[in-house]
Formats: sequence, structure tokens, C-alpha cells
Amino acid sequence: MGIRRAFDEIMGKSGSMIPRSELAALGEWIESTPSNELRRRQQSAEATFRQLGITFAVYGESDASERIIPFDIVPRIFLANEWNRLSEGLVQRVEAINAFLHDIYGERRILAEGVLPADLIFGNPQFRPEIAGIRPPHDIWAHICGIDLVRTGPDDFYVLEDNARTPSGVSYMLENREAMLRLCPELFRSFRVAAVDSYPDKLLETMKSVAPIGVASPVCVVLTPGHYNSAYYEHSFLADSMGVELVEAADLVVDDDIVWMRTIAGLVKVDVIYRRIDDDYLDPLVFRPDSMLGVPGLIAAYAAGNVALLNAPGNGIADDKAIYSYMPEIVKFYSGSEPKLPNVETWRCREPQALKYVLDNLKDVVVKLVDGSGGYGMLVGPTATKAEIETFRAALIAEPHRYIAQPTLALSTVPTLADAGLAPRHVDFRPFVLTGSKGVQVVPGGLTRVALKEGSLVVNSSQGGGTKDSFVLMDNGAGEQAQVSDAFGQAQVQTMGQPL
Amino acid sequence: MRLSVDHRTTYHFSAPQARLTQMLRLIPEDTHDQSVTGWNLHVDCDARMRHGRDGFGNRVTMLYVAGPISDIEIAVSGEVLTHPSNGIVHGGQEPLPPALFLRDTPLTRADADIAEFAMAIGESDPVAWLHALNIAINRRFALDHGRPIAGRTAIEAFAEGSVSSRDMAQVFIASARATGVAARYVSGYSPVCQAEADGRPAPHGWAEAYVERLGWVAFDPSTGLSADTAYVRVAVALDSAGAAPVAGSRLGEGFETLDVDLHVERDGQ
Repeated sequence: MGIRRAFDEIMGKSGSMIPRSELAALGEWIESTPSNELRRRQQSAEATFRQLGITFAVYGESDASERIIPFDIVPRIFLANEWNRLSEGLVQRVEAINAFLHDIYGERRILAEGVLPADLIFGNPQFRPEIAGIRPPHDIWAHICGIDLVRTGPDDFYVLEDNARTPSGVSYMLENREAMLRLCPELFRSFRVAAVDSYPDKLLETMKSVAPIGVASPVCVVLTPGHYNSAYYEHSFLADSMGVELVEAADLVVDDDIVWMRTIAGLVKVDVIYRRIDDDYLDPLVFRPDSMLGVPGLIAAYAAGNVALLNAPGNGIADDKAIYSYMPEIVKFYSGSEPKLPNVETWRCREPQALKYVLDNLKDVVVKLVDGSGGYGMLVGPTATKAEIETFRAALIAEPHRYIAQPTLALSTVPTLADAGLAPRHVDFRPFVLTGSKGVQVVPGGLTRVALKEGSLVVNSSQGGGTKDSFVLMDNGAGEQAQVSDAFGQAQVQTMGQPL
Repeated sequence: MRLSVDHRTTYHFSAPQARLTQMLRLIPEDTHDQSVTGWNLHVDCDARMRHGRDGFGNRVTMLYVAGPISDIEIAVSGEVLTHPSNGIVHGGQEPLPPALFLRDTPLTRADADIAEFAMAIGESDPVAWLHALNIAINRRFALDHGRPIAGRTAIEAFAEGSVSSRDMAQVFIASARATGVAARYVSGYSPVCQAEADGRPAPHGWAEAYVERLGWVAFDPSTGLSADTAYVRVAVALDSAGAAPVAGSRLGEGFETLDVDLHVERDGQ
């Protein structure tokens, strides 16, 4: 596994020295720009990020210093036709996630028809009985999704994880682009790159579109757990760029099932909340009673239909790792057609046959905790030491139900500036998908994470990953195309943003 | 049987509060086994109330009070007519399936001791097993008539000798779930374990377990019997916190003291 067999997104075949013909201009740019110049620009971008405070803290580190996520200057590029096919798959997937959440907290048709085992839902802590029966405004649950993908060939994308709760990372998409526009303007003359800077407008539009029925000019806010949160920069950045208030729980008060925000001028009614705090901390009367972060009465206001919460509480059941392996069936059930975006093959270790296979093939597979995230509690077989493999073997035998395993895919690579010059490094991708009452839109860009260590497949920022800008090329002459469809209806295409 | 309930909950605050937000589960629902013939919820201050339901189908009243406020009395009183049903619940609101009530919560988690206790009950018929469990818990603990200790888990209660009816119900639930039987907590009213003269009254708590072909069956380990016509069923949930008659939050300094006055009487007594 690893670099030798991987598809390189710029060079095509692995090991090729000639870029794919559509990307010849990038090859020329790489040739004509010396490494030390690339490095200078990269450092300039990173200096800006540090100044802006786009930092994160690594959990479990004793010095717990704030770090920036390293930035790589060589962009990843999606051709227009590749992007269009991918977008169709994303729209289908996100529509299915919304339909699933609507069903599972309502009628539960999917269980009645035996598509999913009922215990997988009712025994799952991510299924929140507290909010069962509540219908969010416009029946939309997963307004902002960040679908994690990996790629193995020009049109071979696999979904790794559906993030339907409070996915972060969109600020990197925007800041990386701004850095590239400033530092490498020549690339935007060579390529017609779809703009991403309209994201905050689109997000605000999405928020307003899901306001409770009858609210003419909805008041929207971003709810943050506060500046200790590792994504606080993003919360303040988004509030700022949308021109809405950034609030903490203590700034909100619920009275008579209506949410109000304290301001210098008095109380202002709030209609839409983009909340970046977890379900557990939303409302101490309903979820964790010890929560100091929550707003008492918030769920009552939501249940009464007086406020929209983005994303809806209870969404964790849709992106749970135990549910993930059933996503192809879920997509098929609600869309009536085959999934356009496949899952990565997944062995559920709670099933004895699967466990046996995984134990016999630990050297070749990736083992993940069902309830883990951020690259913690994970074994990457091909790069693991013997001792690491034996530790996981013991853990798997002791608690098989806590683990799933997947094959190690030959993740695509993109040339990346390493110590000795440009070298291929593995990447993954998180595009952002917005769902409002007028339809689903895929933002033409996203967050590319890159494993900076040679041969490494772990792209998590907590494990030494970095980021890159992600270019989406537009069709010649046509305006930027983004996939749009009605929330649960027919696909249509709508222009989004302007060419640069 | 006709039962009358008079339940007053009074909070006194050591300093005036700017705001109170409370979620009340104090209104019983008609089922085939109980008819609410009259019910009043009254608050002794200027409060806004909104009625709704929680995810378990319980009737919920949101209570909003703008301060300054130093004390509040929440009073419910009413009459309920109950019909014999052998403890089986008929015609209740059931928005969630029995399978949900197999999951544990921090308050109803079983440890090895509780699991062993449950496994040791040697009855193979499901109903007989539940009755045996109910009696075993009743015999194991002395009933503490004091107010339940907030936040005490089934595991903590299991190590005690004398516990409240709430604790016994949660030990029942943890034991049942540990053997794969769906069980849930019920809060409501009953004269069966009224506080004695020196006791501190509190709403009653018992358990329901799901039995195939019968449905939900009520067990009260504080008596060792099935809950019968002497019970007014108000709310159900995974544990006592989820069915809490009053869950509140206040904005302000200082501490609070709580007084509860409760009378549940059989008609003519």
C-alpha cells in the first residue's frame, strides 16, 4: 500500500513526471517556481494564519500549546466534470441524510420495512429520545454537512464519514483561498477557479430560509461554547463574515417558548441559531443538567416551532460510525436509486465473521473505534509496529463491538512541498453541503487535508496533517455551476458565485 | 378507586432571582386505566406557562417567571378515577418502542453486583421473574421515607441498606435491563408509601417492565406488589431524571430551599 500504487491527482499515474493534460499549466507553474520561492510563500501564508489566530490545541499534549495547521502551497485541482459527478453524489447523500433523520425521529418507516436493525437505532446513544417527535422548521435537519471523502482514481471517490452535527473546517477553505489569491495570483489566470468566498452569504441565506414560518426578517446568530473551544476562530469568523451576532449561552434567554438575545438595546427575538455546541450542552432542562453552557428552555422553544437550530439536535444518529456501514442501504431506501457515492467497505467487528477476518488481516486494514474521532484510537495496519498491532488485537478480542475495520485504500496523492522539494503526499477531502428550504447546494471547494509525513495515511490535524487549497475548475465560458436541488425533489442547477 | 392529590412544591431563594425557567411534568394523562376528572396547576406568582409534550409523550409545562422573585409555590391538585388492570398499562401514549427502554443511563446502569443479583432470580416465566425481582428488591432494602437523594445512581443505592422508593425503582430498572428486559421509570402519586409523621413527602416513583403479549406492567418495589388502582401515573422516562416532576433553572445568586407538601388520599379517607 501507499505511495507507489496511488493515483496522483496532478500527475495522473503515480511516479509520472508529466501532469495530466488538463493540468499542464500547473506543471509549468511548478517548473518555473523554485522551491525556495514556494517555501517563502508558504511561510508567508502561515504567518498570516498565526496572526489571525487560526490555531487549534492538541488534546492530551502536556504543553498544550496553540498550533496552526500547516499549510501547503500546491493546490489540489478538481476538473469540472469530476466535480459535477462528485456533487451529484453529495446531493444524493445529503438528501438521504435529511430524509433519514426526518423518518427516524418521526414515522420510522425504515425500521418498519426492516432495512436497518431496530437495536442499532434504539440502543444507540446518538438516537436522542428527548427530541423524538419534534419537527424542525421546514423539516430540515442537516443544514450544514461536511462529508469526508477519499479518492483512489479520477472518478473514484469514497465517503469516509458523514459529518452531520457541527462540522468544522470551512474557515480553512476560505482562508486558504485568500492566501492563494494573494500569494499565487498567476494560478488564477491559468485556471478558471470557482469562487468560494460567497460561502458566508450562502450560509446566511440557508439560515434565513429555514426560519420559522411567518418570520419576515429573521434574526440569525452563531452560538459558540466560547473562546476556549478549539474552533472558536471559525465561530467568530463566520459570525463576522455573515454580519450576525456571535453569542454564548448566557447571552440567550428563553421566555414563553421564545428565544431572546440580550443586547445593549434590550432583548431581541432570535429566530435562527447556528449552534456550534454539542447536543448535550444545548439545554440543561432536557440534556445534561450539569451543563453551564446551555440555554434553559431552548428545546421547548424549538419544539414549539419558534426557533430553528442548525444543525438539528439528534443528528448524531446519522453520522454515527455504527450507522455508517448501512448508509448505502439508507441512500437507496430514500432516493430509490443506487448510491452515486460509495462507502468504504467496512467490517463490523461485532459480527464474528468480520472480527475473524479483521484479526487475520490486521497488517492490511485500518481499525477504528466506533465512538472515536480525530484519529485517536485508530490502527493503520500497514504502517503500524508489531507492538501496536498486538495491542489492537487484544483490544479487539476484549471489546469487538467497539470497533470497525476498513481496507487501507490507496489514497490519492497531490504534490506537496516537503523538505527535499515537491513529493507526493496522501490527501482526503471535506466538501461542505448546505441544505435550506430552497434546496441543497455543494460549495465548489472544500477542505483538503494532507498527511505531511511520507507514506502516512493519517491526515488529522491532531496527528500532524496539514491543509491545501482545493480548486474546482469551471466549464469554459459557463458560469460557475453548483449542484442544487429541492430538498427532497428534482435536481436543478443554479449559478453560484462569480468567476474571479 | 377515586384518588385525590394535593401537591405543593415551594422554593425559597436566599437572594432574589432574576429569572426562573422550569419544566414541569405534573399533569397526568387519561389512559384506559385512569381518568383525570379534575386537575389544576397553579403558580403563586406572575408566570407564563406553555404546554407541550416531551419525547416520551409526557405532558410538559414550561414555566417562565421574570424576577425579581424570592419564592415560588407550584401547586397541583386534582382527582383521578382509576380502574383495576392488574398493573397492566392500557392506552398510554407510546411514541417510543419498548426496545428504547433497554438502554442504560448514568442513573440506571447496572454493575456486576446488580447483574449478579438479577441473574440469581430463578424464575423462567417472564411475569413470575419480574414479580420475584420486585419482591427481592423490596426485601433487600428498608424503605427510607425521606426525600430521595438527588443524583443517586442505582449502583450507589444498591450498596445501601435503606433507600427511597425512587432508588428501589432504579435498581429494579437496572436489574431488568441487565437481563434484557425493557424497563422504565414512572413518576406519579400514590398513598401506599406516604411519608410518616416525621417523613418528608415526595412524589412517588415506581417502574414498568415490558412483557410480550401483555405490554407495560407496573411494579412497585417499595411495596413488593404491582402498582394497582392506588396509583396515579404522571410521567415515564428512562430514569428518574427524565421523568422529574420539576426540572428547573434559575438566574441569580444564592441558594435555594425546597418544601414539599403532598397529600394523596383514597376517596372517603
